[in-house]
Amino acid sequence: MTTPAIEVSGLRKAFGDKVVLDGIDLTVPAGTVFSLLGPNGAGKTTAVNVLTTLMAPDGGTVRVDGHDVAAEPRAVRAAIGVTGQFAAVDELLTGQENLQLMVDLHGVRDGKQVITGLLERFELTESAPKMVATYSGGQRRKLDLAMTLVGNPRIIFLDEPTTGLDPRSRRTMWTIIRELLADGVTIFLTTQYLEEADQLADHVAVLDQGRVVAQGTPDELKRQIPGSHVRLRFAGPAELDAAAQLLTGGVRDDESLTLRVPSDGGTESLRTLLNLVHDNAIPVEDFSVHKPDLDDVFLALTGRTNVEEATR
Amino acid sequence: MSDSVIMLRRNFKHVTRNPTTVFNAVLFPVVLMLMFVYVFGDAFDVGADYVDYATPGLMLLAIVYGLSGTSTAVASDMTKGIINRFKVMDVSRGAVLTGHVTTTIATNLVAVAAIVGVAFALGFRSAGGWLDWLGVLGLVLLTSFATAWLTIALGLAAKTVETAGIATVPLIMLPFFSSAIVPADKMGPGIREFAEYQPFTPIIETLRGLLNGTPQMGDAIAAIAWCVAIALVGYLWATATFKKRA
Repeated sequence: MTTPAIEVSGLRKAFGDKVVLDGIDLTVPAGTVFSLLGPNGAGKTTAVNVLTTLMAPDGGTVRVDGHDVAAEPRAVRAAIGVTGQFAAVDELLTGQENLQLMVDLHGVRDGKQVITGLLERFELTESAPKMVATYSGGQRRKLDLAMTLVGNPRIIFLDEPTTGLDPRSRRTMWTIIRELLADGVTIFLTTQYLEEADQLADHVAVLDQGRVVAQGTPDELKRQIPGSHVRLRFAGPAELDAAAQLLTGGVRDDESLTLRVPSDGGTESLRTLLNLVHDNAIPVEDFSVHKPDLDDVFLALTGRTNVEEATR
Repeated sequence: MSDSVIMLRRNFKHVTRNPTTVFNAVLFPVVLMLMFVYVFGDAFDVGADYVDYATPGLMLLAIVYGLSGTSTAVASDMTKGIINRFKVMDVSRGAVLTGHVTTTIATNLVAVAAIVGVAFALGFRSAGGWLDWLGVLGLVLLTSFATAWLTIALGLAAKTVETAGIATVPLIMLPFFSSAIVPADKMGPGIREFAEYQPFTPIIETLRGLLNGTPQMGDAIAAIAWCVAIALVGYLWATATFKKRA
């Protein structure tokens, strides 16, 4: 059995009276993407700070790459790379010089080659001789991640890597994260975007007010809550009336001529439903199955509608 | 290559790329010197050539004007997230902070050299021998070292880059309430006592004595004691704050 990349048990952290992390348990197997999902103020950044040795935990144990963060911070630091919420780049240096700084500090031998490779991979070759102060938000994040990769870390922490990025830059980041995963790197990602966790993560933990309120694969989380339904659309009000009388659990919407029928989305129940409609000779214009997304999960788990709203 | 050397190189690049820092640290003291010597100088009765009187004070002004750049640079490191990168990379706290100290001292030396150069051009004459000048250099270095540590502590304690800049204003104002521009006994009551007992006055008087070739032991001891005290407070405050701010 291989050691998990990250093992957290009973992690507690408080600032004065304010408890920020209230007994967190997590396990991240090596070579997977783990996402910590939650609104601002949930404790995500504090969790990253503790896991990356920047803050000492108040209670519990945290092992990263098999080393205890409190007892062996140096061994942990040697294995990890961190890209924080605010791009940790040097604005008064050029992109090239920022990477050179990392090469020097890490003592990388074939530094020139490493830098050229990273600049190409992150599409930064053209802007490399320019001062970072002139970079766009997306370019900064890319440079930030490139700097993190100079030391070839086995475990990478990404604290809200796409917050504030435009959709295109977000996609680029996602592609890069997937490439890293393919290289065997373990990724610990925090995000407040449910779609991001859904897209990237093998495992998701939902953090709310310092506690993990749910964890599992994105699909497992979606299954934990009710709310799958089938939507039927009809050609006219007469058909809708007939269907509504037949399927008594449905919710009708006269304007769009649709009927929402609760269903687990399984093939058996779908066949039964469609056969019933067919046997009663009601023509159906359109048919679709809706599974809840992580937004619905978040709502069901925390009682709050939207992550963004919870932050503002 | 050691971390300290890498960090120092980074800080030097910062200074050269930030024209405001260069202006504040080097050109502004020279502008002040021209103003005091040409515009106000004849109005002050200091019992000597005004440029001879003012040069040591302006050397000190040149040191403190270089400090605002240091505190903002430190605060900017702390607020921009790059410090966390250095910490996670195990870059030593010493390397990060001494990089700033060394850069500040180097900037200060350039500024003081500029002041001395302009002073000679304006007719400044020194009666001091090479030993006196060595003493001047030593005291400039010591003052720069001490105030650099204090300024780094101010920069670390500041919540934002802007407040870090403002935090050094009292230090920059302090020479004006010393014997830098006019002798303390020409000032009003209250200010006069303050000017006589504040740390910069013995430093300036020591520099003045050395440049005149008539150094006073009492002033020198007070100057060195102040510098050691400021350096110690600054160092302890800076390292404690650095540790606290994750």
